[in-house]
Amino acid sequence: MSESDSNDTSTTLGIRKAHLTLSGKLCLLGIGMFGFGYLMVPLYDIICDITGLNGKTSSVAVSAPRSDGAAVDRLVTVEFVSVVNSSAAWSFKPTKTSMQVVPGRSYTASYEVVNLNGRPAVGQAVPSVAPSSAAKYFNKIECFCFTSQEFDTGGRKEMPLVFFIEEDLPRSIDTVTLSYTYFDTGEPVAVSLSDS
Amino acid sequence: MSTATAEHHDHDDHHGPAKGWTRWLYTTNHKDIGTLYLLFSLVMFFIGGGMALIIRAELFQPGLQMVDPLFFNSMTTMHALVMIFGVVMPAFVGLANWMIPMMIGGPDMALPRLNNWSFWIMPFAFLLLLSTLFMEGGGPAGGWTLYAPLSLQGGDNLAFVIFAIHFMGISSVMGSINIVATIFNMRAPGMTLMKMPLFVWTWLITAYLLIAVIPVLAGAVTMLLTDRYFGTSFFSAAGGGDPVMFQHIFWFFGHPEVYILILPAFGIISSIIPTFARKPLFGYASMVYATASIAFLSFIVWAHHMFTVGMPLAGEMFFMFATMMISVPTGVKVFNWIATMWRGSMTFETPMLFAIGFLVMFTIGGLSGLMLAITPADIQYHDTYFVVAHFHYVLVPGAIYSIMAATYYWMPKWTGNMYDEKWGKIHFWVSTVFLNVLFFPMHFVGLAGMPRRIPDYSMQFADWNAVATIGAFGFGFSQLIFVYVVLKCMKGGEKATTEVWEGADGLEWTVPSPAPYHTFETPPPIR
Repeated sequence: MSESDSNDTSTTLGIRKAHLTLSGKLCLLGIGMFGFGYLMVPLYDIICDITGLNGKTSSVAVSAPRSDGAAVDRLVTVEFVSVVNSSAAWSFKPTKTSMQVVPGRSYTASYEVVNLNGRPAVGQAVPSVAPSSAAKYFNKIECFCFTSQEFDTGGRKEMPLVFFIEEDLPRSIDTVTLSYTYFDTGEPVAVSLSDS
Repeated sequence: MSTATAEHHDHDDHHGPAKGWTRWLYTTNHKDIGTLYLLFSLVMFFIGGGMALIIRAELFQPGLQMVDPLFFNSMTTMHALVMIFGVVMPAFVGLANWMIPMMIGGPDMALPRLNNWSFWIMPFAFLLLLSTLFMEGGGPAGGWTLYAPLSLQGGDNLAFVIFAIHFMGISSVMGSINIVATIFNMRAPGMTLMKMPLFVWTWLITAYLLIAVIPVLAGAVTMLLTDRYFGTSFFSAAGGGDPVMFQHIFWFFGHPEVYILILPAFGIISSIIPTFARKPLFGYASMVYATASIAFLSFIVWAHHMFTVGMPLAGEMFFMFATMMISVPTGVKVFNWIATMWRGSMTFETPMLFAIGFLVMFTIGGLSGLMLAITPADIQYHDTYFVVAHFHYVLVPGAIYSIMAATYYWMPKWTGNMYDEKWGKIHFWVSTVFLNVLFFPMHFVGLAGMPRRIPDYSMQFADWNAVATIGAFGFGFSQLIFVYVVLKCMKGGEKATTEVWEGADGLEWTVPSPAPYHTFETPPPIR
């Protein structure tokens, strides 16, 4: 009996070690997957940047187009759309709702914003392009969406946007819609959001 | 070794369960914990079912009669959370606790104390979750998927929901680690992987799915928490985030989750059908490979829940075809079950009725799933009652029926008494009739365009909604028969034999009924 007892103890220890090793590995897998959840955030941004899948335009200004579009024989309609995020009161409208552009040439458009919040406020526009496959051909030389804007109570601003559409925009696309959503980012406290 | 059965009697005397209610609090016995999980699941089944009845009562007629819209929305949200995390998952874990050690010839779960923890976290998680209903502002009302930004715009119940989900997640992950460790380390000598019953196989794969995706959900809800309370902008476009990203992260968890809810069911059905067809399971190895393929595919189909968010064509095509591919291994399983029954000498006891009900109605749900997989069609079906009909057909006569089949099948082994066959059969037929009255009309109103999660609807949907509500109350109250049969069987009844079922095969049928508190302390010989 004592022999089998000692035998039992050694196998018990062996099994316990096996349990610990295996559950340790499985715990690591779990922790790793928790990290993977967070890794999906930069991964998502990278994939969207490369492919323009979610209609995000580039958040950096580009220099003027290389050509003047003289060789281009087509027109593309650019439509301007504005959305105010429901969390705050702004009047936010494009001054012109659409224009005909020649790919390769740069154009200026503008949006007008009025702060109706009844307090000083900071606003930030976030752009999106539809169809999303046009996003990577849509370039901005200058855009109010690169920074946030500070407003006094009732303050009004006309904000410019200088853009061009690349010549290699696929022929299947003849209308590009540029939509800005205007967000309230709180009271002015010298913050500047330079993100897209 | 050869005296395995004789030894059970010895163990029976020298160490039985502790006395008093602390037995249940401190227990590390896999059978006790299995019982706790199953009872917990039964209680939650009625809580979640009550919520469903509130939803159906409101939808009995167009217009707003019973509850205000916010409460209605919190009912749809809570019904889903309770049924998924409080009923189906704990019931499967309970069955795993009871059956896996006995099926593989092991003495207990690998990590018994962890097992106790895994269970006892659950009541607290659900206390947190359900308490939100009594708070100012009510419970979560943005849907169980907690889509940002809607979920971030509700009240402070969000924090409670998130911590409840963390607790449930910790419980599931610990339970899964335990199950994997049990299956790998506690098998009786000679019980090779490819000799394991399919219930053990499907649970092994499910446990891996759980360990892989529950932490992703934990990450997603933690991001919601920090977005809401700590000023991060993961899902806020104003701060450079993207609400659509929440849907991607959520469904990366969410799609494997739906297989977590159904793979153990496949294992249960694969145990029951051979018993009552009196034939070994057709295509055992293909069943194992099919389960593994489904698990793998479940990771690459998540965006089929998001066909309308504006994905590029290439993405929609990929997720459409990947989704359709899942029907291949699932089809293998369905055909294997049919082939098992083919020319078998079948009898139709209650577990078999539930198993066949599963087979027929789960397939209906699977086929409507295929319809939803077709991207251009899905744009029409998206967020309508057709989707509700689809996932209720795979979850109620799928997951829930498999759990009931398992209960009827193994209850004689658990209690030592046969359940009341007559009432079992009545339970099956009444449930099945009302279930179809409840869910089938949802296909019609869904195809006609009735949106889900809305407390009111336009007049043309009135008739079928009234029918569905009648079905809902019929189905809900017929579950009281189930409670009656279970309680009656726990109290007494005709004594069950060791084998219980004539055609049963497996180690659990070699121990006496009721199964002694400790089984297989000495490994049984494996044929």
